[in-house]
Amino acid sequence: MNAVTSLPVMMPASAEIFLAIAGMVLLMIGVFRGESSLRFLSYATIATFAVAAILVVTQGGGGEAFYGLFVSEGFAQFAKILILIGSAFAVLLSRDYLVREQAGRFEFPILILFATLGMLMMVSANDLMSLYMSLELQSLSLYVMASIRRDTLKATEAGLKYFVLGALSSGMLLYGCSMIYGFAGTTSFTGLAAVFAAQTGVVPLGLVIGIVFLIAGLAFKVSAVPFHMWTPDVYEGAPTPVTALFAVAPKIAALALFVRAMMDPFADLIGSWQQVLVFVSIASMGLGALGALVQTNIKRLMAYSSIGHMGYLLVGIAAGNQAGVTGVMLYLATYIFMNVGTFAMILAMRRDGRLVEEIGDLAGLSKTHPMMALALMIFMFSMAGIPPLAGFFGKWYVFMAAVDAGLFGLAVIGILTSVIGAFYYLRIIKIMYFDEATQPLDDAVSQDLRVILYGSAVVTVLFVLFISPVYDAAKVAAISLVGA
Amino acid sequence: MIQALAFYLFAAVTVASGVMVISSRNPVHSVLFLILAFFNAAALFVLLGAEFLAMILIVVYVGAVAVLFLFVVMMLDINFVELRQGFARYLPIGAAIGLVLLAEIFLAVGAWTVIPVTADSSITPIPPMNEVTNTHALGALIYTHYVYLFQTAGLILLVAMIGAIVLTLRSRSDVKRQSVDEQNARRPEDVVEVVKVGRGGGV
Repeated sequence: MNAVTSLPVMMPASAEIFLAIAGMVLLMIGVFRGESSLRFLSYATIATFAVAAILVVTQGGGGEAFYGLFVSEGFAQFAKILILIGSAFAVLLSRDYLVREQAGRFEFPILILFATLGMLMMVSANDLMSLYMSLELQSLSLYVMASIRRDTLKATEAGLKYFVLGALSSGMLLYGCSMIYGFAGTTSFTGLAAVFAAQTGVVPLGLVIGIVFLIAGLAFKVSAVPFHMWTPDVYEGAPTPVTALFAVAPKIAALALFVRAMMDPFADLIGSWQQVLVFVSIASMGLGALGALVQTNIKRLMAYSSIGHMGYLLVGIAAGNQAGVTGVMLYLATYIFMNVGTFAMILAMRRDGRLVEEIGDLAGLSKTHPMMALALMIFMFSMAGIPPLAGFFGKWYVFMAAVDAGLFGLAVIGILTSVIGAFYYLRIIKIMYFDEATQPLDDAVSQDLRVILYGSAVVTVLFVLFISPVYDAAKVAAISLVGA
Repeated sequence: MIQALAFYLFAAVTVASGVMVISSRNPVHSVLFLILAFFNAAALFVLLGAEFLAMILIVVYVGAVAVLFLFVVMMLDINFVELRQGFARYLPIGAAIGLVLLAEIFLAVGAWTVIPVTADSSITPIPPMNEVTNTHALGALIYTHYVYLFQTAGLILLVAMIGAIVLTLRSRSDVKRQSVDEQNARRPEDVVEVVKVGRGGGV
């Protein structure tokens, strides 16, 4: 047995290596400077994300690293940029909250940093083992963040629920991985793709069971029906900035991982998984739209809204073609800004200095805070998919991909559920513009929140001008994964 | 012959102690039977030629995990009789789920057609056991081919440690904490007072 004397290829993973080292350095700074370093660490974390984004962009075509356990190509780079943007917004959103609620712990930005590192590694996983490890790195950081306000009952409940169900889903994922390994004899995505491409005849039943378990584990992470039960409770119980993080970056990472797992190793077995994804997608779209109708808490409403969005995104994966992947990536790019903006709005909802979360608290917002009401209206119209706002284009491209793939029923159901979904988005607009305020919300909104709120609203409105460069970038990313 | 005998002996004791873990009334006995099960499983690993795994099983599971269990069982005041109360109620549904899973495993095993593994899909051939020890072979892989996973595992443990500290450490004002600097800076003349005590009097 020859000893390996050369270093492995590491350059494609430069951003991840940088983030890991920066995380440890910032942790040390936090430990020695104490709680007063929260402000510095927040900005340092954002700066770290910026450097990581530059490293991602400048690494060119990427390639495999660490003996094929890690891969970075156009697809991974696109997803990583989106994740870094989403996480940076989450850090920005949390700063004001942590100071006001006196929940300031310097570990908070560090945990976001490690979670983000896990997400970047998920996107680049090229092996069932690296898939699992990166997923755990991400999830473990998120479990801690869900219950970071451990002296409130709701936050601890949310954290515990998330942890127990997350552990269960990891178990299912591992069970699926072991079945796949047992039938294919390799864990590497490249190896699996080669094995399945060479395979002829009937797909072994055990392999199908393995893939279904793998899909179940991943569906839990993207909170798709029937693995969505944790989402409303965790969204409601976790501190709002943490919910803002949950709603954006981990969803992008898990979805990108989902796309890679389905399109790379199992591309040739599409007949075995397509029907499962079609079912999950229809169920998510339907439950997301119907469940949101009866919600009174805006965080729970956002949870159902995100379940619905995951359903639309899964339409793109179920299509199983390059157009579908392009649609998913474009959808994710618009999804960030709508969600971050809405959560900035939720964080700005204070009355007498205390956060309020009921939808009814928005009544009369158009008279007391006309600009904020306008911004929220833009986000709601965008999420409902009203052209020419950003949210429309994501839906348009995934439905077109489904039609291309011959999944007409799926596209029709998607359009029907977005009509139902439009009802609850419009209800918020109606409450803001036509209901009388009982007691107005506070005027003082921090500078950070204002900038994020209005900035995302502008991006959502003007997205139509940038549609073609973003579409081209998404298409290049999709081609790098599935080929033209 | 001896090997087969040893296998059946160890396997039987493992299964029997596994049954005792879940059926004994005293939780401390459960943990002790768990340790017995670990030891016998380690012996099975030795029979398979996986001596490294056997040692790790004893060091990590018996040495750390089982002792931790003992601590938890003894320190937490858990009423196990109360915990068992729902047992009969949940037995049917638990048994049903178990049966379904068992049936699935049989289905999967029945349909077991391993796809022929090409030589290049297996990047790490098993080295001849009489030349390389387990420990050597594993070490040569973990720190080279799988260094990425090894480092990721390290990061996960770091996050677990941060999480445990974030969620449990609180600064309490009613607890006196040791300050080494303050102790070292104390000088005898500041704190020691020599008092001449007169006969028949107190201080």
